Amino acid sequence: MGKAFGAVAGVGAVASLVAMKKTWDPLPSVKAAGFTTLDMTIYPEGELITEKWRGKPIFVLKKTAAMIAKQTESQKARDIVVGDSHFMIAIGLCTHLGCIPAYIPADESFLCACHGGMFNWAGEVTKVPPPRAFDIPPFKIEGTSLVLGEVGPEFQAMKDSGITL
Amino acid sequence: MAHFTKATSVKDWLNQRLAIEKVEKVMASEYWIPKNINFLWAMGMVLAITFALLLVSGIFLLMYYQPDVKDAFYSVNFTIMRDVDYGWLWRHVHGVAASVVFLIIYIHMFTGIYYGSYKKGREMIWVSGMLLFVTFSAEAFSGYMLPWGQMSYWAGMVITNIFSLGGLHLDGLVEWIRGDYVPAQAFLTRFFMLHVLLLPLAIMGLIGLHFAALRIPHVNNQDGEEVDFDAEAKKYLAGDKAGSKVIRFANDFMSKDLMVVGFFLIFFFYLVFFQYGFALDPVNFDPADGLKTPAHIYPEWYFLWSYEILRPFSVNIGLLAFGFAQVIFVLLPWLDRSPNAVPASRRGAFSVWFWLLLIDMIVLTAMGKLPPEGMFSTIGLVAAVAFILLWVALPFITMNEKKV
Repeated sequence: MGKAFGAVAGVGAVASLVAMKKTWDPLPSVKAAGFTTLDMTIYPEGELITEKWRGKPIFVLKKTAAMIAKQTESQKARDIVVGDSHFMIAIGLCTHLGCIPAYIPADESFLCACHGGMFNWAGEVTKVPPPRAFDIPPFKIEGTSLVLGEVGPEFQAMKDSGITL
Repeated sequence: MAHFTKATSVKDWLNQRLAIEKVEKVMASEYWIPKNINFLWAMGMVLAITFALLLVSGIFLLMYYQPDVKDAFYSVNFTIMRDVDYGWLWRHVHGVAASVVFLIIYIHMFTGIYYGSYKKGREMIWVSGMLLFVTFSAEAFSGYMLPWGQMSYWAGMVITNIFSLGGLHLDGLVEWIRGDYVPAQAFLTRFFMLHVLLLPLAIMGLIGLHFAALRIPHVNNQDGEEVDFDAEAKKYLAGDKAGSKVIRFANDFMSKDLMVVGFFLIFFFYLVFFQYGFALDPVNFDPADGLKTPAHIYPEWYFLWSYEILRPFSVNIGLLAFGFAQVIFVLLPWLDRSPNAVPASRRGAFSVWFWLLLIDMIVLTAMGKLPPEGMFSTIGLVAAVAFILLWVALPFITMNEKKV
């Protein structure tokens, strides 16, 4: 009798937990609004522009000729090329706990005010606590535009080689 | 079926149905409190009163607050602060009480550590107290989200990101907690629910457990002396009030308690009317903006010490240290291996440990407020390592303590 009661109550409890979990999930409307198209011809060189995708800031930095010239292998791997232009494109949130690092043009680097983490102009970590370089949002190159939220072959290659999550 | 007789008075009528005389004896007039205590024993009552202030001021704020990302900021800063008569009073009472309640909680906690009030049958008082500390922390955090200013938004971003657990990359869990990719409407409404319903319910339940845990072992005293409460109560009831080591909880002890509460309330309302600024961060008077992080982010003062334990390390180690700091206090009754339940001043090495821990936490608090640069980073790192080492050392220090 006790076991039967326990089994019935257990099934009910598990079912309620499933409902409660699902109720806390992001709504379909939130998930659907996840694509942003950027026209990549409008960005000035060497200036950080912040776009918005899924409520998150997206850093777009069109690299200067000097930056392109001094790129290391690891920095090249993160480079996004649209037409003739090279870009650093990344989710503008510190990979530590998600604050927005500020770009300091004089140093060509990013400083996070929350816990003191630093990144260089290519998005790589130069001072902890951030555990990894800026995450790169899923993107697809379409001519001179970039669609954020869609996975193109260039992004897939970066993901497969572990350059971004 | 119980036997009821015609009531001779209202009191008798209630007594037959609710046993009010018996309840009154158990809860008040024959609940015995040792005489050998000091004003620090009144902190529990001060906390109960502060909680009542939070509850009452919260009820009034709730009548005008709008949990909507478009309206929340203005409902607090315009409607409540300017339109509603005395709305500012409730907000200042609520904000100041939320800050001061942690000051008193820390005093209450360190009083318990100093006098060994977590030992010899008082373990559940300590554990339920620490659970209260955790729920109060969650309550403070969820309440901090509600004005939906810059500090609300970015504190929400940073704290929910902790649940990705660093190298485990549980981004799905973070998005589930938020109900969105970033803190937005779903996030604000669910934290509003937590703040005004679920967490206060949990707090009230835990306060009941905390009081119940106290009833059997009774409160400790200044010398950690084991009082025979039955014998002392008999002495008191036989008329030897001067010779007995105990007094009644009500009205005798309560009158002393309420005197301390009186002094506390003078201090409290001085803060509410003249010094409320410390509880209202200027950065939070800018509406939330997901595309702009404030130049310098720091939590309220009562979270600074644990924030500073997170900050100086790389992400995974920082999270482990932070997790350690959150749970380690709960284990105090078992990490302290000494059988002595006496004040720290009579426990040799433990006394040094107690004062080092207190100083270390004050240093961590100060460093947490300062920007994470140069010298401050180093001091913060040393203090964070010291905090962990102190707790690791505790069982060894207390194991060799002589019985007093």
